[in-house]
Parts: sequence; C-alpha cells; structure tokens
Amino acid sequence: MIRVGMVGLGKMGLSHHALFNAHPGVSVAGVCDSSRYVLSVLGRYTEVETYSDYEEMLEEARLDAVVIATPSRAHTSMVAAALERGLHVFCEKPLTLDPGESEGLAETAAERALATQVGYHNRFVATFREVKKLLGAGALGELHQVTGEAYGPVILKSQGRTWRSQRTEGGGCLYDYAAHVINLINWYCGTPEAIGGTALPSLFSRDTDDAALSTLYFGNGLTGQLNVNWSDESYRKMTTRITLRGSNGRIYADRQEIQVYLRDAGGAPDGYGQGWNVRYTTELTPPVWFYLRGEEYSEQVDSFVKRASNGATEGVNDFASAAQTDRTIAMMVADAARSPSTEHAHEDGETATPKRRRRLLARRSSA
Amino acid sequence: MSQIADSPAEKIEEGVPMDRLLFGDNQFFGINHMSEEKARTQALRFQDIEAVIEVLDAAYDEGIRTFMCTTHERIGLVCDHVRANQERYPDFLFFPGMPYAHKYANAVTEQGMLGAVKGFLPDEGLFDAAMRGGKSLATRDIEGMVTLLIDAEMKMFQGLRTPVVFLQNVVVDLLLGLGFNDAFAIFDRHVRERYGAEPGFITMNMPALLDTLDEVGVENPIVCSNINKIGFRMCGGVEAYEEALRERRFRAIAMSVFASGAVSPEEAIEWVCTQPNIESIVFGASSRRNIAGTRALVERHWPL
Repeated sequence: MIRVGMVGLGKMGLSHHALFNAHPGVSVAGVCDSSRYVLSVLGRYTEVETYSDYEEMLEEARLDAVVIATPSRAHTSMVAAALERGLHVFCEKPLTLDPGESEGLAETAAERALATQVGYHNRFVATFREVKKLLGAGALGELHQVTGEAYGPVILKSQGRTWRSQRTEGGGCLYDYAAHVINLINWYCGTPEAIGGTALPSLFSRDTDDAALSTLYFGNGLTGQLNVNWSDESYRKMTTRITLRGSNGRIYADRQEIQVYLRDAGGAPDGYGQGWNVRYTTELTPPVWFYLRGEEYSEQVDSFVKRASNGATEGVNDFASAAQTDRTIAMMVADAARSPSTEHAHEDGETATPKRRRRLLARRSSA
Repeated sequence: MSQIADSPAEKIEEGVPMDRLLFGDNQFFGINHMSEEKARTQALRFQDIEAVIEVLDAAYDEGIRTFMCTTHERIGLVCDHVRANQERYPDFLFFPGMPYAHKYANAVTEQGMLGAVKGFLPDEGLFDAAMRGGKSLATRDIEGMVTLLIDAEMKMFQGLRTPVVFLQNVVVDLLLGLGFNDAFAIFDRHVRERYGAEPGFITMNMPALLDTLDEVGVENPIVCSNINKIGFRMCGGVEAYEEALRERRFRAIAMSVFASGAVSPEEAIEWVCTQPNIESIVFGASSRRNIAGTRALVERHWPL
C-alpha cells in the first residue's frame, strides 16, 4: 500500500483523486488545493485529510508519492519539491512549459531512482498501443509520413477567465490539446529534428491559441503533419487521429478503432494479413479494476502505482519521454514566432486583438 | 407487466414498474463506442429532430414506450413534441439520465469548476435559486447546490411523466471513486421528494456501487450497467456481475448488451436474457426494422 498525496483538484485532479482512491494498492493520505470551498466539501463528505498548503502536506502526510494536477506553470517547482523529498511523482501534462526544466527534472528523478509519469493517457489507449506494437514489429516497413490530428468543441466563444485561457500559464490548444497528439507522434517517431510552417492562430481566445498546425521533419525521409483545433463544434468531444504511411502500407487509428492496410503481412504480428485489417477497442481493451471515463485513465493510474511500488524508474510516459514532447512544443512555438502566416492574419485584421498578439509573439521570440 | 423469468414476482412489485424493453438515445447523438465513422453517420442522420421523432414513433408503435435519455439540450425538442402531442403518446414515459456530462467538462475548461456550476444553475425562480444557492455556497452545504443542479436538468421534462430519474455513470462513478457516498442519498431523497420518482444509477462498476448504496441505505436500487457476453466495460469482472445478479437485492437494467456491435444480436440477446434477475434491457436502434428485430429476439426468451 503506497501513501499518495493529490495536489490540484480541478478537472483532472478530481478524476485522478477518484481513481487513486479506488485503487486497492493506494491510500490517499492527503489532498491539497487553493480552493477552500472544494477542500471543505471533500473534507466534510469524505474522510480524506485536506491541506491548503503544499509544503505542509509534503511535511506532514508521510507520503510515498504525489499526483500533481495544478496549472502547468506551477509544475516545475512542485515536482522539484517532491523529488527533493524522495517522492515518486505523477504529473499532469505538459510536464513543464520549458523543455530545459523538464529535462532537468527527469535527470533529478533518475539520479534519485524515483518513479515518474506524466498524464499522456493516449499511450494507454488500446488502439494507439496497438499502433506502437505494429510499428515495433516493423509492419509498415520504412516510415514515410505521420499525420496527427485532434479536434473538439472546447472554446466556442470569446471568453474565459481561468489559467486555461492564458498561454503564459500553459493554457491554449497547443499545450492542452495538441500536446496529446505531439506526444503520440513522439512515441511513434521520436523528437523531430526540425519544424516548419507552424501556425498557432487564436480563433476565439484573446490570450492564447485555438489551433495548432505544423510540419515536422524527422530525418531519414520521415515527415509529419499536425493539425489540431479545439474550437470545432462539429465534434461531440475530443477526437484524436493518427495516420502513418510507410513503404509497406498504412495505419489509421483513433480511440476506437485501428485500420491497417498491409502490402505484405510477412513482418506483421499474428492476426494481421495482407490488405485491410480492422480492430476495435471492444476487442483490444483489457478490463480495468475501476472505470471512470475511459480504460486508459484507469490503466495509467495502475501503471504509476505499480511503478512507484516497485521503484521502477523507467516506463511509459516517464519524465524523459514527456520532456521530448515539451521540446517539440518549444520548437513549434519558436517556429510560429518566425512564421509569416500568423503575422499576415493579424495585419489583415482577421483576429480580434492583433496588438496584444504581437507583444506575445515578441516575448516568445526573445525568450 | 409481465413476470420476470427466474425471478420472484415480489421483486417487481416493489417500486415503480418498468417495462422490459427501454429505448436508449446514444444513436441520436453520434455516440458509438466502437467506431467514430459510425457515430458520425448517425449524427448526420439525426441532426434534424424530426428524424429522431420518427424513430421514437416507430419504437412507440412497436410497444416500446419508455425513452431512457440524457439531458442533452436536443432532448428538450423531443419533450416539446411529446408535450404538444399528448394524444399520440398516452403511455410515453421518459427516464431522464443526468447530467449530459460533456457540456460540464467543456464548461469547466472555459469557466473553472465553480464558474461551470454557477453557469448551470437555473435562471427560473431566480430569487429562490439565489437564496438556496447562495446559502449553499456560503455554508458549504453541498446539498442545496446539488438539488439546484438536478432541478436545472429536470426543467425540460416539466409536465411529462418521469417515473425514474437516473444519475449518469460519469457522475456516479466519480462520486463512487471519491468516496462521496452521501451524494447518492442526497440524489435519492431529492428525486423521490421533488419529482415523486424513483432514483436510478448508471455505472460501469456495478458490484462496487451496490456495496456503497447498501452502506448509505439506498434500498433495492435501480442500477443500470453494461451487461454483455464479452464483459465489455463490466468492471469487477463478469463473474462478479453474475454473482451480483444472482445474490444482490437490486433492480438490474442491462445496457450495452451488444457491446457496441461486437456481439451478434442473436448471441447477445440469448446470453443476456438467460442471466438471472435482469428486469429490463435498454437498447438503441435507428430504424423500425431494427427495433422490431430486437423486440422479436427478446420475445423468444422473455414474455413481453
């Protein structure tokens, strides 16, 4: 039984709290949030210890591990404080807003032999895991092209008062939505060598982006494209799609199905033949111990609990792999600052507040 | 009301009677757990509410009179239609399931947790709502706020018959995980007192939920969960489900019996109908032919 502390009880934090609390190998020894209202409700209706001060929880709750689901800007210092005390850390994505900091945290955790994990739940989605398995077997031959897409109806009008509407706090489509797709691409293809043609337009948001478009160059003849938009009402909820093309065929995957076309099935795993192969989540997904909003959320919690219990430092979504995603995001931000498309849009008056946007870009490029 | 196979008759005499076949609404909102392509095709087909009503009419004419639906805003249009045509639907029953969770999840991203809750509080009876809501926020008594949110979700069903009101699985399973057990009793009380209805609970963790409902004293609860031959989203495992069906005192509704199409209709229905103590099956279909087909399959095993 490991003692876990939860920090940040927003949308993701509450869901993590429920899953960790339901896990038979976990005792949730404390929850911490800045909202006294949320704490008082939890304290009153459940039996959990509540803290409004993070350091105090670290000091008093005798923890083995922490789960950090605070606004992204706060991750670095909170993760560092936990690692310093020898705690295993599960952190929500993105790990930090600065790849240098993410890489530093990964090194610290490795030196101290601590288990780390970042909440990129797509790597626990059965269909996306199947893609990894197929690529590992070399089923597509030489990889030529990867396309990553995500669409959803999050920001549909011009408003927003939370950290999620501020790019400087880690809000926006790039950090919130596109990060998931980039992370999958990193899993399949690694970190790109170069990035071009990035646009991070604001559609409804004032202080952050609502879409992310980019071209990724991996070397060895592999090119990728990213197309993400969280202001698309035609989607009921977030939809993530990956398409990979190689010398031996094509893979398409979303959360629910994987469609594989193979020119030659020689190198493919059992059950795959030449031509079209379709597998559904209903057959690929193993049962979980507790279900809240998707098997992948349960599985990622279980993975972390096992890793923390066994002191396994490397594994799916460890800090080192999440730092790759932060590195890719930083490359995109730098590329967007150079990109003509964003500037032109502003000069044509296509966005609501061009001046503010330019300042943001100037800050970004000088950073 | 027909007798249930393998089940003592007194079981169904407790609480509000339920038909053996209930009509679900996933197909109307582009929800398919197996394929996004199928989901989109359905969303396109049902974007006009007339198309939804046409299918509901077909179900009604096949004798399936209970519509188990979410509180998606488009259901409001169905409610308006049924209210305006009462003579066409003398026996039409709604089993609402609340809340339609994605609207909350997206609102939380946009407005924060409390902002989202405030945003969904009713504007009708403003004074009353503000007093109850204000008090609940100030005194940190969540009960007032929960009941206000229930009332907001129930508004579209005004004047219609809603003998069972469900709490959706996203909320049930979140509360279950958090150990927020009193919330189930709050929901139970409010639904009974305010709406004269019986509360129902949708869950993906049926055996665990039954334990918790026992603890908070919700007796013989209506619990709707996935029950299908391949164990799809039956947390705790098929055996634990089978044991609960055999031995626990609750009114079971089986959903996802076809596991989103992973099991053939004949096989799926045969398996589910031979499980003990299942009182009802909720299913979705997009055409009269499929509705009649499912009805006929069920009729082989259960008298309807």
